[in-house]
Amino acid sequence: MKKRATLFLAVLVALIAASPLRAVQPDEVLPDPAQEARARALSRELRCMVCQNQSIDDSDAPLAKDLRLLVRERIKAGDDDRAVLDFLVTRYGEFVLLRPSWHGANVILWTAPFLILIGGGLAIWLRARWRESAAATVPALSAEERRKFDELMSKSDDSITNV
Amino acid sequence: MNPEIGHYALVLALAVAILQTVLPIWGARTNDAALMRVGPSLALAFCGFVALSFAVLVVAYVTSDFSVLNVVENSHSLKPLLYRITGTWGNHEGSMLLWALVLAIFGATVALFGGNLPARLKANVLGVQGSIGVAFIAFLLLTSNPFTRVIPAPAEGNDLNPVLQDIGLAIHPPLLYLGYVGFSVTFAFAVAALIDGRIDAAWARWVRPWALGAWAFLTLGIAMGSYWAYYELGWGGWWFWDPVENASLMPWLAGTALIHSAVVMEKRDALKVWTVLLAILAFSLSLLGTFLVRSGVLTSVHAFATDPTRGVFILGILVFFIGGSLTLFAARAGNLRQGGIFAPISREGALVLNNLLLTAAAAAVFVGTLYPLALEATTGAKITVGPPYFNLTVGALMLPVVFAMPFGPLLAWKRGDLPGAAQRLMLAFLIGLAAAGAAAYAESGGPALAPIGIGLGAFVILGAIIDIAERSGLGRVPAATAFARFRGLPRAALGAALAHAGIGICLLGIVAETSWNSETIVGAKVGDSFAVGRYELTLARLEPRTGPNYRELAGVFDIRRGGASVGTIESSKRLFTARNMPTTEAGIRTFGLSQLYVSLGDELPGGGLAIRAYWKPLVTLIWIGAVIMALGGALSLSDRRLRVGAPKPARKAVAAARPVAAE
Repeated sequence: MKKRATLFLAVLVALIAASPLRAVQPDEVLPDPAQEARARALSRELRCMVCQNQSIDDSDAPLAKDLRLLVRERIKAGDDDRAVLDFLVTRYGEFVLLRPSWHGANVILWTAPFLILIGGGLAIWLRARWRESAAATVPALSAEERRKFDELMSKSDDSITNV
Repeated sequence: MNPEIGHYALVLALAVAILQTVLPIWGARTNDAALMRVGPSLALAFCGFVALSFAVLVVAYVTSDFSVLNVVENSHSLKPLLYRITGTWGNHEGSMLLWALVLAIFGATVALFGGNLPARLKANVLGVQGSIGVAFIAFLLLTSNPFTRVIPAPAEGNDLNPVLQDIGLAIHPPLLYLGYVGFSVTFAFAVAALIDGRIDAAWARWVRPWALGAWAFLTLGIAMGSYWAYYELGWGGWWFWDPVENASLMPWLAGTALIHSAVVMEKRDALKVWTVLLAILAFSLSLLGTFLVRSGVLTSVHAFATDPTRGVFILGILVFFIGGSLTLFAARAGNLRQGGIFAPISREGALVLNNLLLTAAAAAVFVGTLYPLALEATTGAKITVGPPYFNLTVGALMLPVVFAMPFGPLLAWKRGDLPGAAQRLMLAFLIGLAAAGAAAYAESGGPALAPIGIGLGAFVILGAIIDIAERSGLGRVPAATAFARFRGLPRAALGAALAHAGIGICLLGIVAETSWNSETIVGAKVGDSFAVGRYELTLARLEPRTGPNYRELAGVFDIRRGGASVGTIESSKRLFTARNMPTTEAGIRTFGLSQLYVSLGDELPGGGLAIRAYWKPLVTLIWIGAVIMALGGALSLSDRRLRVGAPKPARKAVAAARPVAAE
C-alpha cells in the first residue's frame, strides 16, 4: 500500500516537473513594471515546495502559481520585500527560502567555505614559516669550509670543461 | 543475444576483478614479478567481460526484447533507433553498467599504455582499479541487475522518460562518466603510491595525463549537460545549482586544483602530500556524486532511483574507498619527503593560491549541497539551500581565482617578480577596463557588477595571449624568431593558455546572459506580433504533427529585425503517448554569438497560447568557452612529455633544441 502511494507520488512529481512552460503566465503580470520587477526578483528567492529544486519563478506547478499571485498581492498591498518574505516564512516555514537565513546553525553554512579558506591560508603560512625557520637553523659555513667549498667548485668547473 | 550471457559475463567480470585486486598487489608485496605481470591481462579480461555484458544489454534494447524487465520499463518498440541505443543507459541499471564499462576501459588503457610505469606501481594501480571494479560489479549484481527477466513478457514497453529522448542522452552521460571515472585512475595512482610509501616527481608526470584527460572530459560533460538542460527544459536556464549538477562540479573543482598542483610536483618536487590528497579527493567527490545521484537521497530533476537498499550499498562503497584511502593517507603521508622551497610570490605560490581558492569553492558546493540533508537528519528542520547561496559563496571564491589567473603563468618558479608581471599585463588590464567602460555605456541596465565581469573576462583572455606572446619573445626579438619560438613552445604551455582563455570566454557569456537577457511573456494567437529584445516575432502558424512515439503542436514564428525578415523559428510542445508525458522543444536561433529562444506554453482561457521568448546575448560563449577549455586540456595532453607511453624523443630532436625552455 505504502509502495503504491510512493509510486503515485513519484509519478505526480515527475508529471509536475516535466510539464511544459514553467512559470509566469501572461495574466499574472502586474501592470506596474516596477512592482512586477520586484515580484520577479522575489519569485527567484522562493522555492516551489512541491517541485524538485525550482524557484516559483521557474515552476509551472499550481502551488507555485498560487505563491506568485500571493507575492504580487502582498506587493500591491504595499509590503516591502522583507515583509513579503517574512509573511511567506511564517506561513510555509524556512523551507520556502532559497537563500537560507543567517539564524542559528545556518551561520555554519554561510561561513564554512570562508573558514576553510582562512584556515587553509593560515596552515600554508605557518608551514612556510616553519620550513623557513628549519632552513635557517642550518649553520652557515665557517671561513675554512667556505675556502674548501670554493676550491672544490673551481675544480669541478675545470673537470666539466675537460670532459 | 541471450540476456543470460550478459548476466553471466558480469559474474565472470566480478571473479576477474577479485583476482585483479588480489594478485598484482600481492605480487608487489612479495616482489613476485610473475604475479605483478598478470595485472594487465586481468584488466583486459575484465574490460572484455564488462563490454560483452554491456553489448548484450544494448542488443536487448535495440531488438526491444521485452522479456528483460529493464527494457520493458525504459523502452518502447516505436522509439527511434538512436534512443533505443541510448536508452540503455537512460535508467539506473544501465547507467551503472556504463559506469562499470568506462571503469573497465580506463583499467584496460592503463594496462595497454602503462608500459613505461615501474612494475610495482603499475601492479598496485591495477590492483586498486580492480577493487573499484569489484565494488561496482557487486553493486550491479546484488542490487541493480539489468538482466532480470519478466515472465510472461509484455507486448510493449513503458517507453523512456521523454525528457531523455534526446541526442543529449547519447553524449552527456558517457562524457560525464569519462570524467568521473577517469579520476579513478589518478585515485589508483595515489593509493598505489601510498601503499608503496614512495612518491617522486616522476609520479606526477605519470598521473598528469590521466588527470588532464579526466578533467577535459568532465568539462565537456558538464557543458553538454548544461546545454541540454538549456534547450530541453524549456525555461532558458543553463545552470540550476541542482544537487546533481553540484555533484559533477565538485570533482571538477578538485580536478582543476589537481592538474595545477601536479605541475608543481612534477617541476619542483613540492606539494607532494597535497597532490596525493587532491587525487584522492577528486575521485571521492566523484563517488559522492554517484551516491547522491544513484541513491535517490536527493530528489531532483535528474534523480530516478529511489530504492534505499541501493543507497546503503553505495554508501558502503563510499565509506570503504574514501575512508580507506584517507586512513592510508593519514598513516603514510608523514613519510613523504617534501622538497622544493619557494617564495610566496612565485609560480608555486600562485598555484597554491589557486588550489586554496578552488578547494574552498568545492567546499562551498559540498556544504551547500549536503547541509540541508545533515540538518534534516539531525534536527528534522527542513531548509533549502538554493542558487542565491551558491552564486554568492562560489562567486566570491572564484572571482579572485579568475583575477589572479593571468599573473600565475608570468611568474617565475621559486621567486617571481609581481610588479614585472603586472607591468606586462598592463595592456590587458587597460583593455579590460575599456571593455568594462564600453559595456557600462552600451548597456545601462543590469547589475552594477556586470561591466566589471566583462572587463575581467577580457583581461583573462588578453592575459592568456600576452603569456604566449611573452614566451615567444614577441616585441623583444625579430618577428620571424618570435614565430619560430612560438612554434617551438611546448604544447603544455599552449594548452594552459588556451584553457585560461576559455575561462575568460565562458565568463563573458555568463555575465552577458545573466545581466542583459530580455524576456517577453505574452499570450498570442496566430498573426499576433510581439517584441523580444531588438527582434519582433510574429506567430505565423500552428501545426499539429505526429512523430514516431509522440504528438506535437509546433508554432512557427517569423523573425523580423528593423522591419526586415531575418528568418523563422520553430518551437513545439510534445506529448509522448506511452507515458502521457509532455515536453517542450524550445525553438532556438543563433545570431552571431547570441540566441533567440522561444518556448510554447498552455492554451489560455481567452484563446491564444502562452509564449515565453528570450533574447540571450552572447549566451553561446558559455559553452564555447567550456569547449575551448577542454581543447586546451587536449592540447596539453598531446605534449610529447606527457603522452602516455610515448617513446623518449630521439637524440637528434634534443640536439635541435627548442629555443625556449618550457616553463
